[in-house]
Amino acid sequence: MKYTIKKDPHEDERVQEIIEISGQNIFSCYQCGRCSSGCPMAEFMDILPNQVFMYLQEGDVDTLLKAKTPWICAACFTCTVRCPVGLDLAAVMEAIRELQLRKNYDFVDPYKVEERDILPPIALVSNFRKFTP
Amino acid sequence: MAMNRIGVFICHCGRNIAGTVDVKRVAEEIGKREDVVLSTTYIFMCSEPGQKLIEESIKKYNLDGVVVANCSPTLHEKTMRNAAARGGLNPYRVEIANIREWAAWPHEDNPEAATRKAIRIINATIEKLKANASLEPIEVPVTRRALVIGGGVAGIQAALDLADAGIETILVEKEPSIGGNMFRLSETFPTLDCPQCILTPKMNDVAQHPNIKLYAYSEVESVEGYMGNFKVRIKKKSTFVDWDKCTGCGECLRVCPISVKSEYDLGMGERKAIYIVNEQAVPLKALIDENSCIRLQFEKKVREGKIKPKKAVKICSKCADVCEPNAIHFKNNEEIVEEEVGAIVVATGYEVMPAEAFPELGGKYPDVLTALQFERLLAPSGPTAGIPRRPSDGKVPESIAFIHCVGSRDPQNGVPYCSRICCMYTIKQAMLVKHALPKTAVYDFYIDIRSNGKGYEEFYHRAKEEYGVNFIRGKVSKVYKVGDKYRVQGVDTLTGRIIEVDVDMVILATAAKGSTGVKELAKKLRIPYDEWGWLKETHLKLRPLETPVGGVFIAGAAQFVKDITDSVSQGSGAAAKAMTLLSRPQLEKEPLLAKVDTEICAGCGRCKDQCAYGAISIDPVRHVAVVNEALCEGCGACSANCPTTAIQVVNFKKGQIIRAVDVLAEVF
Ligand SMILES: Cc1cc2nc3c(=O)[nH]c(=O)nc-3n(C[C@H](O)[C@H](O)[C@H](O)COP(=O)(O)OP(=O)(O)OC[C@H]3O[C@@H](n4cnc5c(N)ncnc54)[C@H](O)[C@@H]3O)c2cc1C
Ligand code: SF4
Ligand code: SF4
Ligand code: SF4
Ligand code: SF4
Repeated sequence: MKYTIKKDPHEDERVQEIIEISGQNIFSCYQCGRCSSGCPMAEFMDILPNQVFMYLQEGDVDTLLKAKTPWICAACFTCTVRCPVGLDLAAVMEAIRELQLRKNYDFVDPYKVEERDILPPIALVSNFRKFTP
Repeated sequence: MAMNRIGVFICHCGRNIAGTVDVKRVAEEIGKREDVVLSTTYIFMCSEPGQKLIEESIKKYNLDGVVVANCSPTLHEKTMRNAAARGGLNPYRVEIANIREWAAWPHEDNPEAATRKAIRIINATIEKLKANASLEPIEVPVTRRALVIGGGVAGIQAALDLADAGIETILVEKEPSIGGNMFRLSETFPTLDCPQCILTPKMNDVAQHPNIKLYAYSEVESVEGYMGNFKVRIKKKSTFVDWDKCTGCGECLRVCPISVKSEYDLGMGERKAIYIVNEQAVPLKALIDENSCIRLQFEKKVREGKIKPKKAVKICSKCADVCEPNAIHFKNNEEIVEEEVGAIVVATGYEVMPAEAFPELGGKYPDVLTALQFERLLAPSGPTAGIPRRPSDGKVPESIAFIHCVGSRDPQNGVPYCSRICCMYTIKQAMLVKHALPKTAVYDFYIDIRSNGKGYEEFYHRAKEEYGVNFIRGKVSKVYKVGDKYRVQGVDTLTGRIIEVDVDMVILATAAKGSTGVKELAKKLRIPYDEWGWLKETHLKLRPLETPVGGVFIAGAAQFVKDITDSVSQGSGAAAKAMTLLSRPQLEKEPLLAKVDTEICAGCGRCKDQCAYGAISIDPVRHVAVVNEALCEGCGACSANCPTTAIQVVNFKKGQIIRAVDVLAEVF
């Protein structure tokens, strides 16, 4: 596994976009790991929340856009409450999702969801929220 | 003569002793001895009532010797001796039997054995005590002057404090100017003060203080004597310029045709063959470097017969020609001066490992520098006026990588310890790059960020949050050249992958070590040092500024690398220690020293060879060993090596020790 830093991550447009959408200075994360150790969903994630910040600080947005983590984040705000430097992680996760969603690609076609009738409506709502623009 | 009215005081030490040792039974057992008239116990012998008990018992029972059975003598021997003295007993007739560390603590699981062992230890101590002589402390006169070696910020502070206290102080600095490494720095963490602005006032105070005699460009040749009375020979190295006449105008530097790399700039800038270290040097005097001045080189070769000029040649004298006060004489003016002082503060500082020591990190490339070299490129007064440029091509770097822990925390390739200041100065340098060149990308490769000082962690967060420095956790293993750039291959241990980045410059935070030559100096002073050249303190926690040699103190980075705040504190601390010593009209010394029985001494000199303090000489006339009481520390190395038992330490005589050992060695 190798990653080459091509330009200053501080100058990376997509990192800047995530900072702008979330309103969070992702560079202030100093990798204490508290977000990950307290996250109720972390065990299901492919990249830990603190690692998300490391990828961002290295300008590696590509990996994050391919990752499951932002979609698994339940936005429960446990991390946000605990982060020692006051980062709102849930907002950053949302920003990463947003970046993906802004590509205007429908991941879910509501008409093709077979269990449409038996699923609780809220599941569908959050499904559309996360997987469609 | 032998004591027969001994008092024994057994301490409970709360439950520390009494919880294991049956102190009542010990007291009864010891009380059965004929030479013991009082055997009693008390809950805390070191408390005021405990001490009073000793005082009063001495009077009441007319005691001629005292044993206190309690903790280690390093803790309370003095307390008990003082108590006895108040009761009218010579303090050297008091002995401590250590039944806490030797009996109670190690045998917690076996109270019976602990109790019997305590009895045995006390019996042995009584045997030793019985042959103790009454002694009086030895008085030594004091020379009320001090010597400070090393004119960095620690030495400067020590010298100023001593001088302000009215003590005539000699400051010896091996470089042509005082200021040390601090004077090389760009700005200082965590306040970003300009080091020259805050240090020059102190340097000028040194130059002008009526109580300070400054020997710049000088080194200590030899040290003789002892606490309160040292004789020091100082070598003033040759400058080839009369410093009494030189006004520091700098005319000579402008005309000198020879340029070489400047030591002050650590090779980052140049100086002339005749030079003044920098514009703010103290003293502000010019000197000629013999190895680069063409005239001096020529004269040397003629002297050595390597060149034989046929006729008189006119060789360069450009500097002398322009020197208005006629200060430049080209003559070797090396000189040895002698000074007498009562106390010595050693503040010889540190140096950093060279980049070349790390070829795998590109140490041989011109644009891979040590952090101390990079300080010069960041300093507004430095060779690039504070805008860093690549030494190879003068280009302003578009990207820079900093590597932490180079040689530090690496016993295999460098030193085992953390060099302590490098995390902070690397962060500082990263910030200063961003100040000078906001567009330059900065990568900081670290293992841990160690920022444990007032305002330090906040400083680090500022670099992260406000300055746009990229921090990557993991040590770089490889730096190599790719075209015009340097490829840094590191790792991000947090995401678990190799990180590669191409940069224009690489700055190595190389490990700090004691100054060159400090080991030789330490040998002259007889003070200990470790393998990395750090001077050793008597006790790391409780006596950090003292050395085993009375009257010699250490301060600043010479003890171990530290930041300016700590160096200054230690400079003041060592000065205070020296003042305590010098404020006494006479020094009192423990009289537990080696004494020679001249009747049996054969004058073989074995004792002399063993003495680490140089306290023994052989009288050439009587042919016997003579002990200098002021130098002897009573260690006993001589006595252990004397084939005739002629030399022995008072109150630790062979008979005494053997009788005590006999008791301890009885079958249990
Ligand atoms: C790259 C770098 C950046 C730094 N930045 C900072 C910072 O921003 N803030 C901070 O607080 N600290 C900083 N430091 C640490 C700072 O340099 C030291 O704390 C300080 O210099 C220690 O002072 P000192 O007087 O103990 O030793 P030194 O400054 O090393 O002075 C020792 C003096 O003794 C002289 N000497 C040595 N041997 C002899 C001898 N045998 N005889 C006579 N004289 C001798 C030397 O020539 C020198 O003048 C930095 C260090 C480095 C390497
Ligand atoms: S809790 Fe905050 S500072 Fe700690 S790793 Fe997570 S985001 Fe970073
Ligand atoms: S020209 Fe003479 S007075 Fe001026 S700095 Fe040089 S040596 Fe000193
Ligand atoms: S201070 Fe920091 S850079 Fe220096 S050795 Fe210690 S951990 Fe490494
Ligand atoms: S070792 Fe003993 S015998 Fe030899 S000189 Fe010293 S005191 Fe005398």
